[in-house]
Amino acid sequence: MPVRIQEQDFDLSTEIANLRSGNGSVGAVAIFIGTVRDLNDGTAVRQMTLEHYPGMTEAALQSIIDHAKGRWDLHQALIVHRVGPLQPLDQIVLVAVTSAHRGEAFAACEFIMDYLKTQAPFWKKEDTPNGARWVDARVSDDEALARWTKT
Amino acid sequence: MKLHLRFFASIREGLGVAQEEIVIPDSVKTIADLRAFLTMRGAPWSDVLSKDRVLRCALNQQMVSADTTLLEGAEIAFFPPVTGG
Repeated sequence: MPVRIQEQDFDLSTEIANLRSGNGSVGAVAIFIGTVRDLNDGTAVRQMTLEHYPGMTEAALQSIIDHAKGRWDLHQALIVHRVGPLQPLDQIVLVAVTSAHRGEAFAACEFIMDYLKTQAPFWKKEDTPNGARWVDARVSDDEALARWTKT
Repeated sequence: MKLHLRFFASIREGLGVAQEEIVIPDSVKTIADLRAFLTMRGAPWSDVLSKDRVLRCALNQQMVSADTTLLEGAEIAFFPPVTGG
């Protein structure tokens, strides 16, 4: 499956091996891994919980992959996103893209992440020494997205 | 018209409701109308769904704008701007 939402951790080597499996025409694999930081907006983060909208999340991520494939010549794209309780240093999200050459893979990987940040229904709640708080969306994420609409 | 409402993240917590079935009057035609209709229930609805708050909405699990027309039996979700990744 090109899109997976799961509570358990993922192993990069296993995911990449599966993605490249038996395909001799792959010349480039670009990867992004998002991880949990122990500090956000100047406050220590002890734990965070990721909530999502089951059904819509999978459809939104698949749609982002479809758009990327329409824009660049890609072989495969994979998104694995974790939900539930996560600790600092944990992996949150994996985006991996394979193509013949690096240009497409780099660009598509960044495109998928920028769209995921603003279009996929996930929400983070942080547990801090001052209590729990929902993370606010960032203006910089919208700005990152806007780059892709310029031609 | 019958709708299935769903609320996520800070909206769900603020309302204390994750989902509900609702029958709306004919005068409620769009997502924006529905939001205004729900705020008339008083607190906490009037605060949490207030026009001053930036909210996103989905119709049948597709993100849509506030002027989108409601559909019989649709699943309508309200949630804050997303923060995944």
